[in-house]
Amino acid sequence: MKILVTVKRVIDYNVQVRVKADNSGVEKENVKMSMNPPDENAVEEALRIKEDGKADEIIILSIGEEKCQETIRTALAMGADRGILIKATEDIEPLSVSKLVAKIVETEKPGLILMGKQAIDDDSNQTAQMTSALLNWPQATFASKIEIEENTAMVTREIDEGLERIKVEMPFIASCDLRLNEPRYASLPNIMKAKKKPIDIKSAEELGIDIKLRIENIKISEPPTRQKGVMVTDVAELVQKLKYEAKVI
Amino acid sequence: MSILILAEHNNAEVKSSTLNTISAASKVSNEIEVLVVGSNIQRIAKEISNYQHVKKVLLLDDQNFEHAIAEKIDPVIVSIADKYSHIFAPATTFGKNVMPRVAVKLDTAQISDITNIENENTFVRPIYAGNALATVKSNDTKKVITVRPTSFDIVAKEGGSGVVETINFNLSEGHTEFVDREESKSDRPELSTARIVVSGGRGLQSADNFKLISDIADKLNAAIGASRAAVDAGYVSNDYQVGQTGKVVVPDLYIAVGISGAIQHLAGMKESKIIVAINKDEEAPIFNIADYGLSADLFEALPQLSSELDKLNSIEK
Repeated sequence: MKILVTVKRVIDYNVQVRVKADNSGVEKENVKMSMNPPDENAVEEALRIKEDGKADEIIILSIGEEKCQETIRTALAMGADRGILIKATEDIEPLSVSKLVAKIVETEKPGLILMGKQAIDDDSNQTAQMTSALLNWPQATFASKIEIEENTAMVTREIDEGLERIKVEMPFIASCDLRLNEPRYASLPNIMKAKKKPIDIKSAEELGIDIKLRIENIKISEPPTRQKGVMVTDVAELVQKLKYEAKVI
Repeated sequence: MSILILAEHNNAEVKSSTLNTISAASKVSNEIEVLVVGSNIQRIAKEISNYQHVKKVLLLDDQNFEHAIAEKIDPVIVSIADKYSHIFAPATTFGKNVMPRVAVKLDTAQISDITNIENENTFVRPIYAGNALATVKSNDTKKVITVRPTSFDIVAKEGGSGVVETINFNLSEGHTEFVDREESKSDRPELSTARIVVSGGRGLQSADNFKLISDIADKLNAAIGASRAAVDAGYVSNDYQVGQTGKVVVPDLYIAVGISGAIQHLAGMKESKIIVAINKDEEAPIFNIADYGLSADLFEALPQLSSELDKLNSIEK
């Protein structure tokens, strides 16, 4: 079985994001970029399934600028086998991403697709669900445990009420939660090896997918800032303030 | 312009997120219809038909829909989507699961997790864990939208006079089967709608020590929350998580105990009216957004807080 894993290049999760003065977007010049965190969990899960003897090839797909190759290389250094980059504008919407993924599935025919549950830049949380609907494959979103059996899989999902288990037929698509696993670090020899692994470069155009934006950014603005409050000296003062000043208890 | 809302419920009760979503939709149009899909839900449909702004309830009451399997619900919405200019659902794990499927089948770019509405085409949504706000305009003819419940008031449960119309749907064979659910049972207020939330972080050091948090929560009739670090460490289960990928809460009072204040956590609570931070580390970023900060060892501060609250309660009695 082949596993297709999608990875997105985003501003590193430790970076304090700043809005540009002209409200056209956020500052990306000289900002550290990394793999979207839950995508790392998706890569890790694919590696574990392969190590368990249930898959024989892991393909990493990224969609966006030329530089997304770095993100693909990171996944290859973790142990994935080869990469595909579909060149597109960096602001591509989930609707178009899902169409491109579905297109790749036609030729690669994976038995499983793993994605991160949400990208930490646009926080859309859409691509896995859209891809599932396009392919008419079962979806297992917000997965915190995946157990592959013969022709089915048992997936534990993190939902607002707690945990839910569903049984899905293969092939299926899972969106991975941060609690699914602990992603490994790439070792130096593996980083060297990853440099020789192939990355196939395609474009949205040659795949015949229209990626025109449907949503227009009118402006990107700073959220209202909170004033720093006061430090109290002890618990008694805190309770007094909450009772008589803020009047919330 | 007519809006369809996908109601969230558990076959026994309507979730409050449905009331917030109706309220959000009412800013766009007065023609609001609500789709209720589930099993044994006549009573739920009747209840929603009384809600303010609701003109019609479409009721699909069928055993096959007992568990909210996304792959079963989206075809129902798509089959009736023609009539509506907008389709709304709450941005909860339920709505997030279903709506992108609807959007892609209608070839529409979904707008996720809106927190404000400027007009029928233009919406505000947080990006980068709320570190920026995007004002976006949809150029699609049909809008598919999920609504951040805590950003909108709830509608009144009375005052509406909607009609209930029963619909049927023939499901094609599915490939997904519900197995079971493990829901935390609690007598406390629901985290996402509680007036007061007491949250614990890694500073609590163990699941056992979370009792200190629940003791305070009991005395304030508060919900309990947690940082991702506390959930990852196994102190409490995932449904307690507040933050970018957990729940977003906007209580009157949020008490953060032993939480340093990573941006991912702040994304879930920084709109709270009053924020209290108790943390040993004076430099913790949580103090930058707290209205009241107390730099103290939580293992001393929480028992003191508990007895101060007792004193307060006894004065009131």
